[in-house]
Amino acid sequence: MTEQAPIGHDWSSDVFDVIAARNINTVCTIPDGGLTRLLNLVKAAPAMRLITLTTEEEGIGIAAGVWLGGGRAMVAMQSSGVGNCINAIGYPLTLRAPLLMLVTMRGQWGEFNPWQVPMGQATPIVLEAMGVKCFSVERAEEIGETLAAAADMAFNGQQSTAVLISQRVIGAKGFGQK
Amino acid sequence: MSKSLKSNKIGRRKFVAELLALRGSTVIVPGLGSATWDCFAAGDSADYLYSWGGMGLAVPTALGLALAQPSRRVLALTGDGEMMMGIGSLAVVADQAPSNLAILVLDNESFGETGRQTGLSAQKADIAAVARGFGIAHTFVATSHDDLPTLAKLLFEQPGPSLAVAKIALSEDPWALPEKDGAAIARRFQVALGVAKP
Repeated sequence: MTEQAPIGHDWSSDVFDVIAARNINTVCTIPDGGLTRLLNLVKAAPAMRLITLTTEEEGIGIAAGVWLGGGRAMVAMQSSGVGNCINAIGYPLTLRAPLLMLVTMRGQWGEFNPWQVPMGQATPIVLEAMGVKCFSVERAEEIGETLAAAADMAFNGQQSTAVLISQRVIGAKGFGQK
Repeated sequence: MSKSLKSNKIGRRKFVAELLALRGSTVIVPGLGSATWDCFAAGDSADYLYSWGGMGLAVPTALGLALAQPSRRVLALTGDGEMMMGIGSLAVVADQAPSNLAILVLDNESFGETGRQTGLSAQKADIAAVARGFGIAHTFVATSHDDLPTLAKLLFEQPGPSLAVAKIALSEDPWALPEKDGAAIARRFQVALGVAKP
C-alpha cells in the first residue's frame, strides 16, 4: 500500500537540508512509509546517492566504508530494521567510525499491527545497550535540529547516534481500517 | 563445476601472497578471520583494513569505500562463510555497480576459524552463480594455482564490479595476527588513503 505523505510540518525537507549542508551525500535504506518523502528528495538530488539494501545491517558497513574513504553517509530505516543491525553496530564502534541512523518508529503510538510492537518497544533499549546515543523526537518541527545535533556528534565526535522519530509524528498505518 | 567436498587444491597463503603482489594501488578490505590473517602473513600494509569482527560486512564496507573513492581500486577479500552471511550485499553491489570494486571469495567450503564445520558452499550453494543471479556480470571460479594471472587481471584491471571464487584447500596455517585495535587500523588506513592527516 502507498503510504500517505506526512501532513503538517515538512520535516523531510528539514532533514534533507541538514544532510545536504553537512555533505552527507549517501543515504542507505530499507524504506518505511514515513521516510517516503525524504527518500524521494534524496533520489531526485543529483549530488546525492540513494542505496537500497537487502537488510539494514549492510547500511552500517557501507556507511563505515564511505567514511573510511573520506565521505559521509546516513542509514535510514523503520524501527524493525534496528534489530537487524545490532551486531553490525559493533563494527563502527570498534573502528571509532561515525554512524548516523534515522529511524521512524513503529509499534509505539496507536500501532495497528501487533507484529511491530516487540521490536518497536525494544528499539531505544537495544540501541543504548550497544552504545548508540539516541535522540527521540516527538514533534515534527524539532526533527531537523535534532538530526543536525546527532549528525554533528557522529561526524565531529566520531560517535554512533540515532534519531528516533516518534510514531506520533508519522501516524499509525491504518490498513484501511477505522 | 565439480563440487567434490574438500578436494580443493589451491594453497591459500601462497595464492593470496602472490595475488596481492600483483595488486598495484588496489586497497584491500579483508573479511574477519582467515582472510585477514592471510593478508597479514603476505606482508603488513597500511592499506589493508584488517578485521576481527563484523561478519558479513566486508562487501558492504568495500562497496562504501569504492563509492567514496571512485579513482581507487578496491578488493573485498573474504571467506565463504563471511560472504554467505552478507550474500544479499551482492545485490546492492550489482545495483550500485561501481566499476572499481572487485570481490574475491576464498572458498574452503568450511567455517575454518570455528572448528572446520562444513559450510553451505561445499555441496549446493554456488556463490559465483548467486552473484550472476544478482546481476554481477563478471565472475570467475579459480580451481588451480595456475588461474592466478587470469584472476589478477579480473580483480585488479578489468572494469567491475566483479566477483571471483577461489576454491582453496582446507589447511592449517601458522597464526598471523595483525593489529586488533579497530580505531588504529582505521586511522592508519585513512592516512594511507590520504583522507586523514598522519
